[in-house]
Amino acid sequence: MITGNEAIAEGALDAGCRFYAGYPITPQNELPAYMSRRMPQLGGIFIQAESELAAINMVFGASAAGALAMTSSSSPGISLKQEGISYIAGARLPAVIVNIMRGGPGLGNIWPAQSDYFQATKSGGHGDYHCLVLAPSTVQEAYELVKLAFYLAEKYRNPAILLADGMLGQMMEPLVKNPKSKIPNPKDRRKEWALTGCKGRAPNIVKSFYMREGDLEKLNLALQKHYQLIQAKEERYEGLFLKDAQIILVAYGTMARISKVALHTLRQEGIKVGLIRPIALWPFPKKAFAAKSSSKVRYLVVEMSYGQMLEDVLLTVRDKEQVEFLGRAGGGVPSAEEIIKKVKKIL
Amino acid sequence: MIERIIIAGSGGQGIMLLGKVLAEAAMLENRFVTWLPSYGAEVRGGTAHCMVAVSDKEIGSPYIAQADSLIIMNAPSLEKFKSRVKKVSLWVINSSLAKPDNIKGGSILQHPFTDLALGLGNIKVANILALGCFLKYKQLVRLDTVSSVIKKFAPAGKEELIRINEQALRKGAELR
Repeated sequence: MITGNEAIAEGALDAGCRFYAGYPITPQNELPAYMSRRMPQLGGIFIQAESELAAINMVFGASAAGALAMTSSSSPGISLKQEGISYIAGARLPAVIVNIMRGGPGLGNIWPAQSDYFQATKSGGHGDYHCLVLAPSTVQEAYELVKLAFYLAEKYRNPAILLADGMLGQMMEPLVKNPKSKIPNPKDRRKEWALTGCKGRAPNIVKSFYMREGDLEKLNLALQKHYQLIQAKEERYEGLFLKDAQIILVAYGTMARISKVALHTLRQEGIKVGLIRPIALWPFPKKAFAAKSSSKVRYLVVEMSYGQMLEDVLLTVRDKEQVEFLGRAGGGVPSAEEIIKKVKKIL
Repeated sequence: MIERIIIAGSGGQGIMLLGKVLAEAAMLENRFVTWLPSYGAEVRGGTAHCMVAVSDKEIGSPYIAQADSLIIMNAPSLEKFKSRVKKVSLWVINSSLAKPDNIKGGSILQHPFTDLALGLGNIKVANILALGCFLKYKQLVRLDTVSSVIKKFAPAGKEELIRINEQALRKGAELR
């Protein structure tokens, strides 16, 4: 057994991450603590930076130099990192940022929440950019998805965010390491763009600053094309009972676990419930809704927020009448009983 | 089958460890398990608790609002959970530090685990005494599996620690 936070650290190390910089904040402290112990043993670099800003900019620098780099924090700390994330996206660099969300806004509390969905999926910093966003719902999946986050970050030269809540970070569950994992190791990828010393070759330039008229627009157009490619190729979700469902729960992370309990209880009573669990939050898995959006199926979006993923579901389904919502925030977690009650009220 | 257990006491009583030992043993017996600690602005002398779920099926929330069993190691924890839980099937209470007044429903096993631990020579094994007592009643995992977990968790070279925990586990299971 291992905590979610430790599983994420372990997954990052197994993915080949050898540079970590962070600044402490609950409920993710087990992650840097684990890194501080293991990283030196593996010959990597662990830095407890003087601030969140310093940490994300160290990751920026390390990534530009070709390292597989990562930082982690929790909600207010992630807000502080937004400028750096925007720079990393603008400079087209890979990096993994872990957000173990807590209740907000402001300093908030340390209870689980999913209130940073907008920030993660809609570019939390300035500029037109996107981070890949993956949302695990078990400790096992946290381990797997951080490996995938590194792979995708490298593949697309784009920052990737692993978004989980404090409950998943703190809880312990069994972890099985699959030696036949299908995720290729990004360590093997050659980084021809990296700043590795230009002796004998033309220098590489990593930047997000373009002075000449039209150049920045060109960068933006290239980025948009790149995001379309990611949207087309990297949608990920788990679907349960989508074929016969009258009502489909839409939930990610911890809320998806709780929704599954509600689903199975309702199914035992003969109520035809399905589940869409987005695994990637950006790109949002639109195709999960494709088969159903024309028919009369209802959707119930369940979040630990007052309706953030809800907006993506509405943009996908387009018919407001089909979509219902249940949410709590600030550390409140909708229970299976609340979901069951809401489903029965809708039908 | 799902068994949801809340274990509560004060910081230093080995509350988190008790939960981890139980969850690890259940994992070794091929059950689904989750373990969730209380965390945050905890204070010395205050309460600490963890939540353990053991099931034949995938577990939804690791957070337990309705516990099936509670293992309570001190009085403030009893006060805290007495009013918060309903339909509890079993209370295991450390009567050295908590008196089970006004508990409604469920079986109550009360033993002076702290005093018994002192009798064995180490106050710290009160938690494992309580675990033994709980397991004798609930039969959730085998005692031998717990023994193997204790061996695994003990720091290297601490044979005495393994011996006294083993002794506490067996003694706890003999309590009536």
